[in-house]
Amino acid sequence: MPSPSDHRPASQIPGGAVFPHRHLTGIEGLQPHEITFLLDEAEGWIAANRGRATPDKRLAGLTQINAFFENSTRTLLSFEIAGKRLGADVVNMHAAQSSVKKGETLIDTAMTLNAMRADVIVIRHMSSGAVRLIADKVDCPVLNAGDGRHEHPTQALLDALTIRRRRGTIHNQRVVICGDLLHSRVARSNILALTALAAEVRVCAPSTLMPPAIERMGVTPFTDFDNALDGADVVMMLRLQTERMTGGYVPSSREYHLRYGLTLDRLARAKPDALVMHPGPMNRGVEIDSNVADHDRSAITEQVEMGVAVRMACLDVLTRRARGVEGWA
Amino acid sequence: MSNALHFRDARIVCPVGGERRGDLFVADGRITDAADDATVIDCAGKLLLPAIVDLGVAAIDRAAFRAGGIVRVGLMPDQSPVLDEPGIVQRSLLIGRPDLWIHPIAAATRGLLGTDLAEMAICASAGARAVGTGRRWIADTGVMARVLAYARDLGLVVVSHAEDSGLVGDAVATEGETATRLGLPAAAALAEPLAIARDLMLAESADARLHIRQVTTRAGFDLIRVAKRRGVRVTCGITPAHLLLSDNAMSDFRTFAHLSPPLRSEDDRQAALAALADGTIDVLCSGHDPRGPEEKRLPFADASAGAAGAATLLPLALGLVRDERVSLERLVALLSRNPAALLDIDTGALSLGSEADVMLVDPDAPWQISADTLPGMAGNTPFDGLPVQGRVLRLFKGGREIGAAA
Repeated sequence: MPSPSDHRPASQIPGGAVFPHRHLTGIEGLQPHEITFLLDEAEGWIAANRGRATPDKRLAGLTQINAFFENSTRTLLSFEIAGKRLGADVVNMHAAQSSVKKGETLIDTAMTLNAMRADVIVIRHMSSGAVRLIADKVDCPVLNAGDGRHEHPTQALLDALTIRRRRGTIHNQRVVICGDLLHSRVARSNILALTALAAEVRVCAPSTLMPPAIERMGVTPFTDFDNALDGADVVMMLRLQTERMTGGYVPSSREYHLRYGLTLDRLARAKPDALVMHPGPMNRGVEIDSNVADHDRSAITEQVEMGVAVRMACLDVLTRRARGVEGWA
Repeated sequence: MSNALHFRDARIVCPVGGERRGDLFVADGRITDAADDATVIDCAGKLLLPAIVDLGVAAIDRAAFRAGGIVRVGLMPDQSPVLDEPGIVQRSLLIGRPDLWIHPIAAATRGLLGTDLAEMAICASAGARAVGTGRRWIADTGVMARVLAYARDLGLVVVSHAEDSGLVGDAVATEGETATRLGLPAAAALAEPLAIARDLMLAESADARLHIRQVTTRAGFDLIRVAKRRGVRVTCGITPAHLLLSDNAMSDFRTFAHLSPPLRSEDDRQAALAALADGTIDVLCSGHDPRGPEEKRLPFADASAGAAGAATLLPLALGLVRDERVSLERLVALLSRNPAALLDIDTGALSLGSEADVMLVDPDAPWQISADTLPGMAGNTPFDGLPVQGRVLRLFKGGREIGAAA
């Protein structure tokens, strides 16, 4: 089996010029061809993951620290599996068992992780900008696994990969992102990635959950979900946190479902072959009905699969310089 | 040797007497028309200005004040402990002397909690020159009405912070493209004019003196402009940050640009420059709030708001003169005469008989603002790296030199 990277034209560009970034702190700052490069790299890992024929332990001997200052099950697991499939020694640090609870500052924690000579650090943090702050202080590549409301780049990459595989292209696809955009890092990263790859992005939320000036990011805002769905190629639903359903931002979960729940009836407004996506975990019966989530047009479990492949690609690409991969020194 | 001074050949700018080239004499700590046996200071045509009265500083930072030409400060009540007790007020009054005269702004409500009136008269007798709400708004309209009415009885100005706390919530930025891209909790700029509108109506109805420490929005300036025309006893201030920076300075999560109130849109910044030019703004202050790395080297929303501003106030203000936003004479009023009048202290001018709080300034001396070398307790300046012009050469409080910057 050829390694995933050597049959791709982009990866034959020497000197690591195809992806000149040290960290992946966000989609912002990535050129469209750099996003495509990561997607191409991930593509190769999908087959490898399914086949599991020849294990590729290219990260063997490297230490990957997953520093999660905010609770996560799915993303942490996905990064852990991605690292282990590549042969890295994966260590997880949870905020609950860390010295963060004892008042240590974020920078001090970062310096500590750095002093342990990690080869790559994956960070999730509840504050926007926290990952970039750490990235500036450590010597190894840093991967953002979600910072506050700011960015969640690997989620956007796995969503883009899912769309590209299921729809054939991202270019000119009409993508509707619906839900709590105000508090969503998934939405921000997706908007950046999808607009960079020339999709037509519509965002839909009640005005209480719509970020101000969002149209400046190149998207069309809607408050009426039915209108937004008109002719959609992809419908991407966002999770509504339970604490926001009790009157602070929306009156109740049932009223939210009435206006923004994705039902089969509503889905009929989209294209007949429209793709349904959700970053998970889902609130079935709130933002998405079960019969939609489990429909054959739903790509929700495929998104999870793509997540591992995308994270393997990111871990591989970001450690190439340190591993002295030819052309990346 | 007498302590008399003879400033020879200076370019003297006074908000009362205007500008002239000539000499200035000081004897017994006061400005006189002649002095015997005076030490001659050759000014070589450099600027001789009233020293700065900085209204509303968050911390006592001698080195920064000295470098900035500041000899008197109005100290904000949100200290630790809060300035709501005569003993605490009196202590803060005395600790700076003789170099630095601190004029405490006492808390308007006990503990600055916005519920019960603080002992304003007792604090005033202990040396407080005003009462204030600190860096927060009094949300309860009934309490604010009583604060204004009670302070009016005592002849005290109420220094308020105008941000509607319900609208602000946990926001750390102004709503707009920058905050949305960075994913920062943001509040509509409307929070400011909403608060100003309420406080103006309350002040008008109580015939109280209201000073809004920082006004930063177009709608806020419009309200104050109209209220002044109507005869409301309102004044307002601003810092150079809100005149020179807009919210895109927060890009890359620069916590030195995390201010309270937050930086606004470019349109609001333009309105601030217009309000400075047309006289709506009365006071230009530093808002000096030094914060060390332990409070600033954090994710944006977790970092403390505030910027060190004392050492950069004068050069940034002189830049406004150079850009023809304001005349030098009016700038001196904004920096010294007007804040002195607000605090009801007789300084801020170079008239005969007034206290000799003066500074000799080289308005052209070039330097570069650097967070690493900024004089004072911390270098959290949003102007890090900016080249500026203007340095304080020598600084005098009551005719006594207090250690000049180089």
